[in-house]
Amino acid sequence: MAADRENGLAEEKETKKKKVVRYERVPMPKQEPEVRRRNFNEVAFGYTEALARDEADRCLQCKKRPCTEGCPVNVDIPEFIAAVKEGRFEEAVRILKRKNSLPGICGRVCPQEVQCESRCTLGRKGTPVAIGRLERFCADWALANRDRVESVEKAPPTGKRVAVVGSGPAGLTAASDLALLGHHVTIFEALHAAGGVLVYGIPEFRLPKHIVQAEVEYVRSLGVELVLDFVVGRAATVDELLAEYDAVFLGTGAGLPMFLNIPGENLNGIYSANEFLTRVNLMKAYLFPEYDTPVKVGRRVAVIGGGNVAMDASRCALRLGAEEVYIVYRRSRAEMPARLEEVENAEEEGVHFRFLTNPVRFIGDERDWVKAMECIEMELGEPDASGRRRPVPKPGSEFVMEVDTVIVSLGTTPNPLIAQTTPGLETTRRGTLVADEATGKTTKRRVWAGGDIVTGAATVISAMGAGRRASRSIDAFLRGLEDF
Amino acid sequence: MYGILEKEKLAPNVIHFKIEAPAVARKARPGQFVILRVDEKGERIPMSLAGWDPARGTIDITFLVVGTSTRKLSLLNPGAGVLNVAGPFGRPAEVEHYGEVVCAAGCFGVGAILPVAAALKEKGNRVVAVMEGRSKAFLFWEDRLRAVSDELVVATGDGSLGRKGWANDVIADLVNAGRRIDRVIAVGCTFMMMECSKATRSHGIPTVVSLTPIMVDGTGMCGCCRVQVGGQTRFACVDGPEFDGHQVDWDLLISKQKSYLDEELRSLNLWERANWHKLMAR
Repeated sequence: MAADRENGLAEEKETKKKKVVRYERVPMPKQEPEVRRRNFNEVAFGYTEALARDEADRCLQCKKRPCTEGCPVNVDIPEFIAAVKEGRFEEAVRILKRKNSLPGICGRVCPQEVQCESRCTLGRKGTPVAIGRLERFCADWALANRDRVESVEKAPPTGKRVAVVGSGPAGLTAASDLALLGHHVTIFEALHAAGGVLVYGIPEFRLPKHIVQAEVEYVRSLGVELVLDFVVGRAATVDELLAEYDAVFLGTGAGLPMFLNIPGENLNGIYSANEFLTRVNLMKAYLFPEYDTPVKVGRRVAVIGGGNVAMDASRCALRLGAEEVYIVYRRSRAEMPARLEEVENAEEEGVHFRFLTNPVRFIGDERDWVKAMECIEMELGEPDASGRRRPVPKPGSEFVMEVDTVIVSLGTTPNPLIAQTTPGLETTRRGTLVADEATGKTTKRRVWAGGDIVTGAATVISAMGAGRRASRSIDAFLRGLEDF
Repeated sequence: MYGILEKEKLAPNVIHFKIEAPAVARKARPGQFVILRVDEKGERIPMSLAGWDPARGTIDITFLVVGTSTRKLSLLNPGAGVLNVAGPFGRPAEVEHYGEVVCAAGCFGVGAILPVAAALKEKGNRVVAVMEGRSKAFLFWEDRLRAVSDELVVATGDGSLGRKGWANDVIADLVNAGRRIDRVIAVGCTFMMMECSKATRSHGIPTVVSLTPIMVDGTGMCGCCRVQVGGQTRFACVDGPEFDGHQVDWDLLISKQKSYLDEELRSLNLWERANWHKLMAR
């Protein structure tokens, strides 16, 4: 084994001299669009060991490590890639898990193109190293070779107790970090499964639920206690938790769906993206009638909105048998907040896009089912607060689109339950919690918050970053190094 | 797992369970509900609380067997358990001193109205309980309802017990007899609540109904349970379940209740074909 490794290193030294910079990344095998648009299996198969080592070999191992700076949780990217390149996969996994307890999730759903990969030196002249794919490869390898991965070292028990509210990306990260630091952590989750948006929102074909389950199990293996079916704000208030725990972290996300507030929106056949995706993902309606929860998808489906959630919903609708699926978005392609990769995936699978179009009312049949949607064409005016050009309706451009299912995907706002039941917790006008960005400290003593509950709907990794920062601040407080 | 401690068949297809759910029992208030999931494949179903005991850590639910998930639930016996129980959800019932209050209930609603009637009586209201059923065989817990009210009036559709007719007819009788009614609370199937609201509307009697439309999460996350009340969109799970019966758009609500009828029948047929032996063994 050691000899093999030395041989490998020797070989590498030789190749290094004449090393040619490779600008094109190793493609990742994927299901063909015409096949995958009708099944819920994962779209991308992931790298094999050989492909992963080949891609890792492209990394220049820059001294300045710009990629690590681009990562919200500062994964030691060059180190783990070097280990992959050398086939030392256990080591790669260990390096990853030092900074990230959820690599299988991040490797699949992080927007790497605007984070680590956007900083990659290779990106200046070619395509950046496929850091996300390599991360995913390591996580999948760890899952397949569980017995070979050593457990991460935990700090000695501190005797301090922390309650984490919500088991989404922010909560899971805060919980695992705090457990590694020696604190006793209990996660309270309102739903019957842990993972938050990872289980109810992101579809199986993008993030298989067994991956989420495995990473949740990993967090539990660190000693984190998980209480399901427990709604903080109802079953216990934050103040009641504070009586039993030394600190509370709120990672309850942004769960309330926004609607258009136009006539006919309560007709049958009109879903919020949250409801549609929760039925499909959490309740497994795509396996109905094996599972009891149904979902209804008609022949012509309109998904209103241009974010990642809209892409997920449109791709689910296709897989559930819709003949035509339209993304209806009020701005143009350039302003769409969805990741380019997700837009491309949706397009490849046959989702149609209607840009600069906004619904003004829904029209129902005699049984109160939606049968059509009146829309108006838009044009782009002056930039608004978000910096994007504001869409303005073109007078007289109304037209009717026949649809029998509508999925409203306009974003979400935080659930007000905790703010309403917790005196001393300040909120913003948008309903998010006021919290310090660097530490996650809220306006209430011993209460921290992070993720969508603070920022409004954002990404998995930014929520994880917030969970990480809060856990450091909580740890400093619990050790008496920081006041709160 | 949440253990089932007691089971009682109350009427055809109406069942009572006493379930271990200490977290819910500790905080429950009249008018609230739980979300229950029978097994890994089950739906999340809202069920009104018919009672609770914080000391024993138990809750009571009465439910109507309608689809696959409730059919599976109905076959469970004490010693077994349900996979998930979460709550208490929804805003507690409004309980003030109103004067003369009619508490009308039908079907599974008889269980749900008990804690509300008890709380109203405790506040010093004079509670007139009205119970409806298709026939005598569909009535249950008259004794329990009598215990938390000052007067009990029974109505059956076929006249086999009490007045021939329904809860709304009883309310109309009371009004016609010149009885003063300060408030009506109706809990039962959607149609029954709609009829009770119609009966009081022209008399201007404040009428509250407890809506449990189809839900998924029950925490305000999905908007599946949205109802139109006074022209506004409200979520029954977090804004309700109590709403002003005169403001509810009943037609829309009833059509929403039926929106998965085809799927529900298909699911139940398949399940019954695969599990007929369980139904025979009952």
